[in-house]
Amino acid sequence: MTWEPVIGLEIHVQLKTRTKMFCRCANVWGEDPNTRTCPVCLAHPGVLPVPNRRAIEWTVKLGLALGCEVAPRAVFARKNYFYPDLPKGYQISQYEQPLCGPGRFVVPGPAGDHEIGIVRAHLEEDAAKTIHVGGAAGRIHGAETSLVDFNRGGTPLVEIVSEPDLRSAEQAKRFLQLLRQTVVELGISDAEMEKGSLRCDANVSVRRAGEAGYRTKTELKNMNSFTFVARGIEAEVERQIATYEAGGEVVQETLHFDPQTGSITPLRSKEEADDYRYFPEPDLVPVAPPAELVASLAAAIPELPGARIRRLEQEIGFDLAEGLVTSGRDRLYERVEGDRRAVANVIMNQLAGAGVDTERVDPAELGRLIEARERMPRTVFDEAIGRAAEPGFSAAPYLEQQAVSDAGELEPAISAVLAAHPDQVAAYRGGKDGLLGFFVGQVMKATGGKANARVVSELVRERLGA
Amino acid sequence: MTLDTLRLTAEETAGLIERREVSPRELTGAYMRAIDERDGELHAYLHVAGEIGPGVPIAIKDCITTSGVPTTAGSRILQGYVPVFDSTVFARCRAMGLPLIGKSNMDEFAMGSSTENSAYGPSRNPWDPERVPGGSSGGSAAAVAGGLAPWALGSDTGGSIKQPAALCGLVGLRPTYGTVSRYGVIAFASSLDQVGPITRTVRDNAWLYSIIAGRDPLDSTTVDLPEQVRVPTAESLNGLRVGVPRELNEAEGIEPGVTASVQRAIALAEELGAEVGEVSLPRSVEYGLACYYLIAPAEASSNLARYDGVRYGYRAEAPADLLDLYERTRWEGFGAESRRRILLGTYALSAGYYDAFYGQAQKVRTLIGQEFAAAFERYDLLVSPTSPTVAFRIGEKAENPLAMYLSDVLTIPPNMAGLPGLNIPCGLSEGLPVGLQLIGPQFSENLLFAAGHALERAIGFDPVPERLR
Amino acid sequence: MAITREQVLHVARLARLRIPEGEVEAVQAQLGAILDAVSKVSELDLAGAEPTSHPLDLVNTWDEDISRPSLPREEALANAPDPAENAFRVPSAG
Repeated sequence: MTWEPVIGLEIHVQLKTRTKMFCRCANVWGEDPNTRTCPVCLAHPGVLPVPNRRAIEWTVKLGLALGCEVAPRAVFARKNYFYPDLPKGYQISQYEQPLCGPGRFVVPGPAGDHEIGIVRAHLEEDAAKTIHVGGAAGRIHGAETSLVDFNRGGTPLVEIVSEPDLRSAEQAKRFLQLLRQTVVELGISDAEMEKGSLRCDANVSVRRAGEAGYRTKTELKNMNSFTFVARGIEAEVERQIATYEAGGEVVQETLHFDPQTGSITPLRSKEEADDYRYFPEPDLVPVAPPAELVASLAAAIPELPGARIRRLEQEIGFDLAEGLVTSGRDRLYERVEGDRRAVANVIMNQLAGAGVDTERVDPAELGRLIEARERMPRTVFDEAIGRAAEPGFSAAPYLEQQAVSDAGELEPAISAVLAAHPDQVAAYRGGKDGLLGFFVGQVMKATGGKANARVVSELVRERLGA
Repeated sequence: MTLDTLRLTAEETAGLIERREVSPRELTGAYMRAIDERDGELHAYLHVAGEIGPGVPIAIKDCITTSGVPTTAGSRILQGYVPVFDSTVFARCRAMGLPLIGKSNMDEFAMGSSTENSAYGPSRNPWDPERVPGGSSGGSAAAVAGGLAPWALGSDTGGSIKQPAALCGLVGLRPTYGTVSRYGVIAFASSLDQVGPITRTVRDNAWLYSIIAGRDPLDSTTVDLPEQVRVPTAESLNGLRVGVPRELNEAEGIEPGVTASVQRAIALAEELGAEVGEVSLPRSVEYGLACYYLIAPAEASSNLARYDGVRYGYRAEAPADLLDLYERTRWEGFGAESRRRILLGTYALSAGYYDAFYGQAQKVRTLIGQEFAAAFERYDLLVSPTSPTVAFRIGEKAENPLAMYLSDVLTIPPNMAGLPGLNIPCGLSEGLPVGLQLIGPQFSENLLFAAGHALERAIGFDPVPERLR
Repeated sequence: MAITREQVLHVARLARLRIPEGEVEAVQAQLGAILDAVSKVSELDLAGAEPTSHPLDLVNTWDEDISRPSLPREEALANAPDPAENAFRVPSAG
């Protein structure tokens, strides 16, 4: 009997407002420790929070992009617990009345759309950064002392909670990537997992196929890349299945996935019991987003990545469309003329593979290169691609170098390759058409990449043809 | 010239400065001499600043931050803490040139009604040093009544301005919630705390209120005043409808001498032209105290979480680990009443009890607001005693928290509804001052000042303690 | 209304207050007496009533996203009980 994973994500997005959530200290990354603090974000006695209007507007904007209802009245609440990175002894968050209520976020997949339910999206403040020193270096546990840097403390954070609507690690990763791209395009966050401006926790459980209701879930904390999210979820799903199949029970706990070893270990909890004693923040008044504001924010939302994937899929198929859109490279794609598939392929496979910044590529020059691609020696084309983002790049000098298309010049190389691979020749003649690419590749290799691949392909087919 | 600091009002002092009959240096010097003479006994101040400046000197309650001047809120946990920023109210005083005489004593974190909860020892009542000055703004009241300051700022959560003003024979305003900035005011209970003036006269009170009131961009819960503050001149109460809430005037524990003084004041109000009638606030008085002692400790338990020995203030010696640091710092740093309220508030907010306690108390609060609103449909102002008793003896209630809590039974109900209240002295009982509480609708400070001024004139109370005359 | 010893200790842990062993009973008795008094609020049936978390009915007070100077680091650390390496030092969680 098969098992079905049930996954929900909890995503934190750090907003790139100019100032922090409740004080006007600059919201910047990478400054010297404790140089971006004030009495408010150090929680000195008597200070009060004042909300950042832009952060509120951006949260509404994000909520609209996620198909959420914008609450007529949102209330900030205090979440009480002690930790050195939490200077007030409580985090200002939202609890019973979040800014953005239920929504549905459409994630295009290869076999149709997945609608992922959004439980809520709310605004809160980030904790400070604690560096553990003394004791064994670099390990979370066992350090003797910690140093607290409050620069990050109090920066605005949106927490997005999905319904447990995801059914595989792959789907979770796809959802997260699309969400990230949406956030980036709204211009509200860098959303870089490596820098921590996008963070993801996953709630994972499994159940028998067809089983109603949910089993006990565990929470996987702080996976800091898309790959780790997928691998962490996969590992936890396997662990839970193995537990049940061995006759055991999954217990509710918070877990840490170690991408180096692939192991999953329980995390020590901050508070022995999660009793956060939420209550409405008496230092703040409710937020009631005016209807005109919500309307103007809605009107300013551009065509979102999900819709663009569906549109481009018509031209180039799902995989290329998704790859282009979630990497933000479809902006270049849309501006380059020429055969759609060829353009998409070159951008996704060659430009991206060579690490070229697609934002700096001149679409007209790239279009010329792609148009002439098959007539150019492969090495020349590759070199041109590698330089396409350089200032003042021109395709012209590369276009002059024509690939070898003359049958008389190519014949000796083709003969040599066929003679060297009698088994493959036999297999091809036996019906393995796929080997054509192999022969073309060998000829390209033998000619140092100077041959016109399409001509080689035709010649090989003629030679081996019935 | 010799300055009678026991008698001079702020208004008179300003006149002396303006006419150059006294220099700022002489003025501060006079208060410093009075402090030398009497503060050893009264202990009104925790820190004497002795600033010299162009305006009328002022005493500031120690929960109000003053940049560069120690601010402890009467707590050991803030011993040695020197703020790097000014509270908005103090910044506004500074902008008017008011020099700081000193930081006045208080119950720790404003939790108390006698100043006996100060970690630095109690203040004493200038009318009788064996007795408390009230609290929590007892140091501010003792300073003004004892001639150690012409006026002062206090803060009021459950009655902490009105009650000490009553016990020391002074005028004290607890303003409408939201009219005075709380930025830099060390929080006790955020939805109730308000700063207000403690003065010798109603006119001084209105003047100081006009300096500190108004919207502050640093406090999201403040509003602009709907009208300018008027320093009162009226001496008649013609046409004023004055309601006498039965429960606030007949509550158990009100001393007969207090009732007698208040009744005389009410009779005087009628003579001045007021129409006096009875009104009822049954639930506000019956449930107000319980409601307050859930909401205030709940908010306090959260507000006081920041005192953790990490960024400032007291830290326990040689902590073994983080938990040890927190638990010992906080137990050793807080006094008994603060600990009690933190525990009570934590319990009231904790899982499983929220709805029964904090949630229910917030609904009771709605009910109290509705009862007062109904009363104000028939009356412009309400009157009652401010404190059920005159100043009690030091130590008399110190061992019984619940008895101490009853000191605020008459001031708490209007506070729960965010209403302004003015205490004016209305006579003596057993040689000690009795306070009259005037309660108005939200933003009715001008009306309170006008009525308070007219009554003050008619009553003719002498604010100088008899033993110091 | 009684509060058990376990509840007192639980709440004290949540509040990060270490009650010395000999004082737990006294704290328990005091809290019990106060809880008795404040439990009075539960006498009222207020099923339909809205809670008041604020005396004034305000909404939407906020500030523009324009930065102001932060504190110089020396001032930020001026009151720190244990400053180290330009930061606030604390013992690590045990």
